[in-house]
Amino acid sequence: MQHTLIALVENKPGVLNRIASLFRRRNFNIESLNVGHTEKPEISRMTIVMDSDNVDARRVEANLYKLVNVIDVQDVTSQPSVARDLALIKVKADPEKRAEIANLASIFRGRIVDVAPDSVIVEITGTEDKIESLLELLRPLGVLEMVRTGQVAMMRGNALGVRHTPNANRNGSHHN
Amino acid sequence: MPARELCLHKHNENRIFGEMEMKLSGADILWECLGREGVEVVFGLPGGSVMPIYDVMLKYPVHHVLVRHEQGAAHMADGYARASGKVGVALATSGPGATNLVTGIATAMMDSSPIVCITGQVHSSLIGGDAFQEVDVTGITLPITKHNYLVTRASEVANTVREAFYIARSGRPGPVLIDICKNAQVEEVEFHYPEEVFLPGYRPPTHAQKEDLQKAAEMISKAERPVILAGHGVLISRAAQELHTLAATAQIPVAMTLLGLGAFPSSNPLSLGLMGMHGEAYCNLAIQNADLLIALGMRFDDRVTGNLKTYAPRAKKIHIEIDPSEVDKNVHVDLPLMGDLKMALNDLSPHLETLTHQTWMEQIEEWRNESRERDILSKPNGGKMYAAQVIREIWKATRGEARVATGVGQHQMWTAQYYTFEQPYRLITSGGAGTMGFGLPAALGTWFADPGSDVWVVDGDGSFQMTQAELSTLVQEQANVKVAIMNNGFLGMVRQWQEFFFDSRYAGTPMPGPNFAMIAAAHGIPSRQVTHTAEVAEALAFAIDTPGPVVLDFRVEKEESVYPMVPTGADLHEMIRRPLPSDKVYSESELTVAGSD
Repeated sequence: MQHTLIALVENKPGVLNRIASLFRRRNFNIESLNVGHTEKPEISRMTIVMDSDNVDARRVEANLYKLVNVIDVQDVTSQPSVARDLALIKVKADPEKRAEIANLASIFRGRIVDVAPDSVIVEITGTEDKIESLLELLRPLGVLEMVRTGQVAMMRGNALGVRHTPNANRNGSHHN
Repeated sequence: MPARELCLHKHNENRIFGEMEMKLSGADILWECLGREGVEVVFGLPGGSVMPIYDVMLKYPVHHVLVRHEQGAAHMADGYARASGKVGVALATSGPGATNLVTGIATAMMDSSPIVCITGQVHSSLIGGDAFQEVDVTGITLPITKHNYLVTRASEVANTVREAFYIARSGRPGPVLIDICKNAQVEEVEFHYPEEVFLPGYRPPTHAQKEDLQKAAEMISKAERPVILAGHGVLISRAAQELHTLAATAQIPVAMTLLGLGAFPSSNPLSLGLMGMHGEAYCNLAIQNADLLIALGMRFDDRVTGNLKTYAPRAKKIHIEIDPSEVDKNVHVDLPLMGDLKMALNDLSPHLETLTHQTWMEQIEEWRNESRERDILSKPNGGKMYAAQVIREIWKATRGEARVATGVGQHQMWTAQYYTFEQPYRLITSGGAGTMGFGLPAALGTWFADPGSDVWVVDGDGSFQMTQAELSTLVQEQANVKVAIMNNGFLGMVRQWQEFFFDSRYAGTPMPGPNFAMIAAAHGIPSRQVTHTAEVAEALAFAIDTPGPVVLDFRVEKEESVYPMVPTGADLHEMIRRPLPSDKVYSESELTVAGSD
């Protein structure tokens, strides 16, 4: 099963390294890790998607909290939230194929953002599933190159504020 | 000692701490801040990238201990921290100076010991350019520190030092490293001492939840065969008294981890002593047969549990722990209580009932008596000098009150078994990391924490040789540290594993050593070589009566093993036991094992 964690971290040099080092050292597998600015310049936000078949997501959360620069962690896997991934897909496209690709892209609310003599770049935003579905359809045409941002996620409704009770969270996963 | 007093005295006269604002160099700011953290002693070795720090050091009321290798500095800071509960400080130059600290930092990390390591770094404009003695120390130490800092400007020094000490000693303590660029040491800025630290992501837990405490009390009152597992957390949280209250009120036997030894007096009938791989059989049997384990500030290390699948199978488990990442890491627990142990035990005590567990205690007593029969102390030595018996003699000679630092190996386990501790903070040993060479420097750090106490190093010949250069430091400081080397001419614990599990193929373990008495003599240290049991008492009296450092080289039985032993990965109750004294197979095998010397 996949777990999605949101971590708010101090925007300081080396913090990404600390997180990556933690995952390596504890042998946690990451599917994707996305880092970016937030509404506050001193805080960065990470969306971490991990495969939790082998490791308890709560353990990952507890270990993230041990990093001094990590301000807050939330497991949004079972929370109502919006998750998006962006992909750029370069597809082999002779002029006669362009229309077909544009058509497929538009069905998925994607669009063509670059056209070259023998290829096009499709941009698509959405859940992982949706991107996978489009990719499936484009593959027979010849996918030359692809890049994905990894998931970013945000809980619906109330904003994720900085909570101050990070340590009692085990309750959620076991004895409640 | 006289040198140390003189130094402190001299500097007290021209103290320059003041509340007025002033422009100071980063180096001065560092010492100002260390002074405000209560640092009286720093263990270090100078070099190019810390010269500005050393250059102003003599102005400040701090005693500098010149180590002979930076690993010694980290271990001394660690020993000082474990013995005193205060933060220990190590100082080293960039590059190799800093990398030499690494083993010591990892040792402190594994055992949650609060030290602050300060290293010099090349000029910030040279970073990344492979300058002379440039090493990415914050990168190297990232996974083995609780936190670390790279300081590139003098204006960052004060805040960084303040945060580093706070992080090192609070919550689950650990090592913090501060890497200071040379330009940041030299630059002059206005000095403001930060009264508060601002760490939005760092909130050490405090009180455990109320309803959980109630639940814990109920589980305790229902249990028929409870056992307390006391770990290092009891000592770190300074909760020995609270542990005693819990054990005494509810009449629960107490087993201890290696680092938990001293948390509960071993003479107390409720004490089960050391648990785990080299725990007494009665202790491990109690754990395996328990219906409730109350784990206090311990982490179910593999050396403690043996095979996890068969570990205490009938026991419910309560885990009181300050670090949430330790819960369910190795052993699934039924009730975790997150928080400071001392607070949690205090909060728990009003919920506790007075209980007795007579049948359970009788059962344990039966096991205990059976163990006693097999004990090496009950074994006729036939003129042989067994390390375990020597350590017991040291215990007698020091009335069991010394602070004992050890290396790692057989002598360490025998110390844990036979130097039975009545009080906390007396055993200074590397548990998690198992760092050979820890003993001598850690003992010196311990002596600085408590110069009035008897400080002993019980070491192996293998461990001792790893850091024996610090004998020089011992002499320079005229430290009253007694060194007892259990010299068996082997890397003994590895040899034991080879005997038990590798058909006695002694690969790389026979180790003809030097004459340690002559090495001591070369340092001007009084010494004795002891080859017969008859000489042990006299040698110990000599060490105790001689002021300052003494080295005793005990030529102990070469191929003795530590019993009981739970093989790695075996069930905790599947111990290799010491054969009974009447057992002829034992003495034959003991005499015919090949490959000695």
